[in-house]
Amino acid sequence: MRYWRDPLDAGQIEAPGGDVHILADRCKGCGFCVEYCPRQVLEMSREFNRKGYHPPEIVDSRACVNCGLCEMICPEFAIFCLELAASTENPSRVLASPGAEAEEAR
Amino acid sequence: MTVSTNPTVGQEMEHPSAPLLRMERIPHVWCPSCGIGTVVKCYATALERSGVDLDKVSVVSGIGCSGRVAGYLKLDGFHTTHGRAIPFATGLKLGRPELLVTVISGDGDLVGIGGNHFIHAARRNLDLLVILINNFIYGMTGGQNAPTTPLGAKSSTMPFGNFETPFNLPHLAASSGASYVARWTCLHIRRLTWSIEEAIGKRGFRFIEAVAPCPTLYARLNKLGSGLDAMRFYHDTAEIRNGADTREVDVSFQSPIICGKFVDEERPTFLDLMHDHYSNRLGDGYVPMPPEGGMLHER
Repeated sequence: MRYWRDPLDAGQIEAPGGDVHILADRCKGCGFCVEYCPRQVLEMSREFNRKGYHPPEIVDSRACVNCGLCEMICPEFAIFCLELAASTENPSRVLASPGAEAEEAR
Repeated sequence: MTVSTNPTVGQEMEHPSAPLLRMERIPHVWCPSCGIGTVVKCYATALERSGVDLDKVSVVSGIGCSGRVAGYLKLDGFHTTHGRAIPFATGLKLGRPELLVTVISGDGDLVGIGGNHFIHAARRNLDLLVILINNFIYGMTGGQNAPTTPLGAKSSTMPFGNFETPFNLPHLAASSGASYVARWTCLHIRRLTWSIEEAIGKRGFRFIEAVAPCPTLYARLNKLGSGLDAMRFYHDTAEIRNGADTREVDVSFQSPIICGKFVDEERPTFLDLMHDHYSNRLGDGYVPMPPEGGMLHER
């Protein structure tokens, strides 16, 4: 998330991580989740599901902050988000701090 | 790579709303990019957040696309005949006053065929939560002109554009006496959920209009694109104006949809007035219906 001005406590706030689950065969390809994901985690895939629709696919799972918007807006109950527990596999990320992202990429 | 600490990851996981849905009936029949499913998700989330006893919740639907909601929610529900969702809900509420009775149905069902019931339930301030999913057209039967179709919009029975003045639903509800009136679109998922949650905690006739895209008929006949284009339209033009005068919130064809909570006032409900009246007139001879119903069997 980009701010025009960094919040004063940005360095102390840890962004939660989210684990996006897509039930591909239930999807009807409306694209609401792809359009409105605030972190651009999703993209329409080129694959077909069992019903012949293009379900979304995860392109950047690390960007997800578990906001749950995809889960709320999906009319098909086909996508949901679970919070990742902070652990060694999931190094905590700090909002609006460019250094943290570079460190994470290493 | 992200690794989840949830032990069930890797297996087929079920949606968090699954306990509230009849999963054997999912996937539902609604068209791709129809907004009704989003409203159902918002209602299910609001129920979970409000913490009400799900055994004391019932959902009543009429006929139409939105009429199928009662069949998909794993709650006590009834799929009534066309337009008669509110009469059924009235009987349910009076027979078992403890229940939270929700009516979820469409614009054609609630204000077209059942319009008379709608205004009288609002006039009596019956203790009902009415969620009206408005797609501006009769979707299930083939796109006929509905009482909410905006002026100039095309429908299958008005191929040259609608010339009938549509209902302004928040104003209809508010002027008939509803005690809570709000309108949101399918895009305002958080606000719609909060609004439903707030209305669950209130009493009286609570009316929430949820504007939903109808990609198959309304959008196709009017060349408005897919449901996603409708969502983009809501995103670009919808205006939130809480407390607005309901006379000014009518919808014209592709005009900005004014959303918000318009009316929120506490008034005595039908049951309150009935109890007061008969207690005064009959004294001890008046036995009110117990909350769980069933008075007739004991006497």
